Amino acid sequence: MYKIAKENLSALFRLIAESQELYLPVRTAEQVNFGVWREDAEVDLDTLKSVKSPKDAFFPQSENLYTCIKEGKKIQIEPEALKEQKFVVFGMKACDVQGVQVLDKVFLADPVDTFYAARRDHGTIVAMACHEPEESCFCKVFGIDCAEPAADVATWMVEGNLYWKSLTEKGEALTKDVESLLESADDADEKKVEDEKAAIRSIVEKLPYSNLSLEGWNGDALSEKFDSPLWEELYKPCLACGTCTFVCPTCQCYDIKDYNTGHGVKRYRCWDSCMYSDFTMMAHGNNRTSQMQRYRQRFMHKLVYFPANNDGMYSCVGCGRCVEKCPASLNIVKVIKAFQKQGGDK
Amino acid sequence: MQEVINRAKELLADGTVARVLGWKAGDLPYNPEPAYFESVESLEDFVYNGFCGANLSKYMIEASKLEGKTMVCLKPCDTYSFNQLIKEHRVDRDKAYIVGVGCKGKLDIEKIRKQGVKGIESIKGAEITDEADNLTIQTLYGEKTCSYADAMLERCHVCKGKEHKIYDEIIGESKDTKDADRFTEVARIEAMSPEEKFAFFQKELSKCIRCNACRNVCPACSCRKCVFDSNKFDSAQKANVDSFEEKMFHIIRAFHVAGRCTDCGECSRVCPQGIPLHLFNRKFIKDINEFYGDFQAGEDTEARGPLTDFTFDDVEPGIVGERG
Repeated sequence: MYKIAKENLSALFRLIAESQELYLPVRTAEQVNFGVWREDAEVDLDTLKSVKSPKDAFFPQSENLYTCIKEGKKIQIEPEALKEQKFVVFGMKACDVQGVQVLDKVFLADPVDTFYAARRDHGTIVAMACHEPEESCFCKVFGIDCAEPAADVATWMVEGNLYWKSLTEKGEALTKDVESLLESADDADEKKVEDEKAAIRSIVEKLPYSNLSLEGWNGDALSEKFDSPLWEELYKPCLACGTCTFVCPTCQCYDIKDYNTGHGVKRYRCWDSCMYSDFTMMAHGNNRTSQMQRYRQRFMHKLVYFPANNDGMYSCVGCGRCVEKCPASLNIVKVIKAFQKQGGDK
Repeated sequence: MQEVINRAKELLADGTVARVLGWKAGDLPYNPEPAYFESVESLEDFVYNGFCGANLSKYMIEASKLEGKTMVCLKPCDTYSFNQLIKEHRVDRDKAYIVGVGCKGKLDIEKIRKQGVKGIESIKGAEITDEADNLTIQTLYGEKTCSYADAMLERCHVCKGKEHKIYDEIIGESKDTKDADRFTEVARIEAMSPEEKFAFFQKELSKCIRCNACRNVCPACSCRKCVFDSNKFDSAQKANVDSFEEKMFHIIRAFHVAGRCTDCGECSRVCPQGIPLHLFNRKFIKDINEFYGDFQAGEDTEARGPLTDFTFDDVEPGIVGERG
């Protein structure tokens, strides 16, 4: 394990950015989101959760796929280049790292999504343990340990030092690149990190959602959950906005659209939201015609369809962003609890 | 709160209303959700406290299509939205039994978090009956206090007053929490150079994630199908095609609600990125006041809107150019 004093972090960022792109939590107009490091960027490692998850680094909200350029009777097609440069995402939390594992299941399965795969190949994730977890967090429910993030490099911020432990080959390579700025950690440092992990885990035990039960939510629960009359009640306050889906680290649905450039077409894809009325709109129309159906889709996907197709893996990681951001205060925890309550009442 | 529940029970029991539209207790101290209650028993979960900021007027568009009357709980500022929706024939007055609920300013959890409060276990002082000036917040990282006023939504600092503009009955006392002028920030931006203005809005609007929460919560945005949801245009509602579009979406929306926006502040309350969207609307309101005389949308259901009316005293459109 290595360490670096907090005040030397800007030197670390500068050094990384010399050879590759660096994404990290940046504060802009009072909000923290992952962005590209620049000398004048206000890096914020103290805010636990970025508003948007860092999934943009691998799966951007909007990206061009190819451009058609029309010249007289000729059409030229220019495919968008795949990511070819290395980059680092610094400061991801354990839940968001697990979010990337979820995205991997979707985009790296056959047929492989080449845009995503290129980013995964070139990206190195430096994760940070969650110093002070918050009441909206429930990663523990999904077996995630926010005290020990599983990434290329795991880091802990303890008493003015960032502790650095590489866990993979990519992590080793990055560590080598920045070795000149890192000091070796001694036994006393190791102890500090162990204490920090214990402190984090003891807080996690006390979080209000940590004991949430997922009993009954699995790939076999399809008919029972799908046909429940509860959805008719639960969806009602939903405004049908896309907040939950756009701040979510695992929502992976996208739409492909054409943009008329005046002299051709730009074909791009952008995140879609199952909350939107034209979600999965096809030539024959839309197969989900009511907001109840769209609302149900989101939770069924995360807790039933996804585990059914991915060896039981849920596509929720308990980051709690939807808990914090839903304008109507709806969220996946309330859904799980409502079903649990109904089960108990029977 | 108990009084509202008792009244709701009576109205449900005697058949005056078929349902009650209010707020249901959440599972955290600050996340009650808008909810319909159809039985006396279900009212057990009814809650009305400082975190019930959601304006329920817009939900009445759908409720107006249901069988029977809906008892709806409206705070003073929510009643402006309801009036405006009546004027636009979007809600049915006869389908609503309006209980004007008292309000002493609503709380913004984001403002509490901004003060460094995290790991919230309980919040004392947010009940409607609480007289304390401070919130006492128990957290996993110790007890914190925070003044009620500092935790209020921006819109409550420019409160329109404690009067309900439309109601069938009023339950509870309200307080005028205004301690700022709503045009101060607009005037500050007006005084900026074009470059500064552009930089300000560019910085704020570049955070937009196109979740459409501002549009969907807005009582003035009640089109059955929004132009941004149409697949016949290049204006996708899901992503900003370029940095031009992210601005245009909000500017077009502000133009569309101009003269009808009551300044209820819901757009800014729900924005996950904390964009002060109300500033666009307030700029229009300020201009309308200056051009056509003071006008408050939703004050009543009859007055003609300044942009849908014509008098010979109206300013010429050229004034925009003249003002520079």
